[in-house]
Amino acid sequence: MPYEWDFSFLIQYSRLIAVGAAYTIGFTILTAISGFTVGGLIAMVRLSGTRLVALPLMAVMEVFRCTPVLVQLVWVYYALPILTGVELAPSTAAFITLTLYGASFFAEIIRGGITSIDLGQWDAGRALGMRRGALMRRIVLPQALKRMIPPLVNQVVLQLKNTSLLSVLAVPDLLYQGQLITSATYKPLETYTMIAVIYFIILFPLTTLAYGLEKKLAR
Amino acid sequence: MTDTAMIEVRHVKKSFGTLAVLKDMSVTVPRGGVVSLIGPSGSGKSTLLRCLNLLAIPDEGRIRIGTHVMEFGKGHRMPKDRDLAAFRSKVGMVFQSFNLFPHMSVVQNVMEGPVTVLGRGRDEAREDALRLLDKVGLRDKAEAYPDRLSGGQKQRVAIARALAMNPEVMLFDEATSALDPELVGEVLTVVRQLAAEGMTMVLVTHEIAFARDVAETVIFMRDGYVVEEGPARQVIDAPREAATRTFLSHFHRGTSSPAPA
Repeated sequence: MPYEWDFSFLIQYSRLIAVGAAYTIGFTILTAISGFTVGGLIAMVRLSGTRLVALPLMAVMEVFRCTPVLVQLVWVYYALPILTGVELAPSTAAFITLTLYGASFFAEIIRGGITSIDLGQWDAGRALGMRRGALMRRIVLPQALKRMIPPLVNQVVLQLKNTSLLSVLAVPDLLYQGQLITSATYKPLETYTMIAVIYFIILFPLTTLAYGLEKKLAR
Repeated sequence: MTDTAMIEVRHVKKSFGTLAVLKDMSVTVPRGGVVSLIGPSGSGKSTLLRCLNLLAIPDEGRIRIGTHVMEFGKGHRMPKDRDLAAFRSKVGMVFQSFNLFPHMSVVQNVMEGPVTVLGRGRDEAREDALRLLDKVGLRDKAEAYPDRLSGGQKQRVAIARALAMNPEVMLFDEATSALDPELVGEVLTVVRQLAAEGMTMVLVTHEIAFARDVAETVIFMRDGYVVEEGPARQVIDAPREAATRTFLSHFHRGTSSPAPA
């Protein structure tokens, strides 16, 4: 007997799903901003060439780049409090992890964008008598940011999908709400299909935007 | 002919890693003087030019431009960002590859230094920029972006951008080497005009005929040393050193007699 698809029961869970979507989007925006900020700082330190500070930072970054987010989340939530003696709320642990994970990738994007700017631009700014800050602000960053936009958007897309891992810490994101609904209704097929569709609806415009920007900026 | 020297380079040495590019350079340029540096690639002429506005920091020696003095080597600390910037703001530089700011319009390129470095008002800076663009014949391109300009136009904007800082000295680093032959003339015309106005200039150039024409002094460099230095016509038409003769024999000089073998 074929399976009878029936999505109608999901109507009564619309509030739950809305809360989940809000968590997913909220965490993405917050950690994209914090990750970009921390990543930017890391990139600056690395570019300034003070190796004493840059090397430990790079080590931490590599740990975050080379381990799964899921492991990081569990580790920050369960193991870090044992080491530091400070208990973390699930959402705090999630925020810290996603910030640092994002930062480790954002830092490379930002650094790559800055180093891609022709050295002649630096020469020209310096020759006018610009100091380091002005050179960055007026000459290098405006050009570099343009080149960074497509990879930054891609990273945000990944960041949003990574928020689905927050469910392991019982942060009520989209996937976690899906799990709740499933355990109440025993209808995982419809529920997870619905969840997947919502992810797609949120992300498709973003990837389209990234693609468009890539084409536009490639000229 | 002039009261004091505008540029004084004394015993400047510069190495990149183990490669000694400048080995004890001393050069003097009088106020309003035009000096041309010629020599084979790798002779250190571009490095010397970059040392003059501290885009390359000498390892040793002393550089004075106008009243600004910088000393390097033992007993002297590495100059700070602020001091470097102050020194450079007095020295205009024009690059082989133009290095215009692609995200700014022509007039914004020219205003950038005065506004950002000197803190001048935008309206005032814009007026000055337009006047300078007029001078290099590009007033009508003020609102265009660099990618719309020919090489010769780009280089003239770059000259206007450097002049906007009201520099005491102008440096030209192979300013016509990246240009199509038919565009070289328009840039050289602007340089000639600056020379006539009494701007102190140092030119690294492969335009031997132009160097002979515009520069009072020609310095032939090789391997980080000055091989020969003297009045432009003498060095180019009747070089004393064999190395200079060999180097010059590679060039066809339109106006003067064919190069001696």
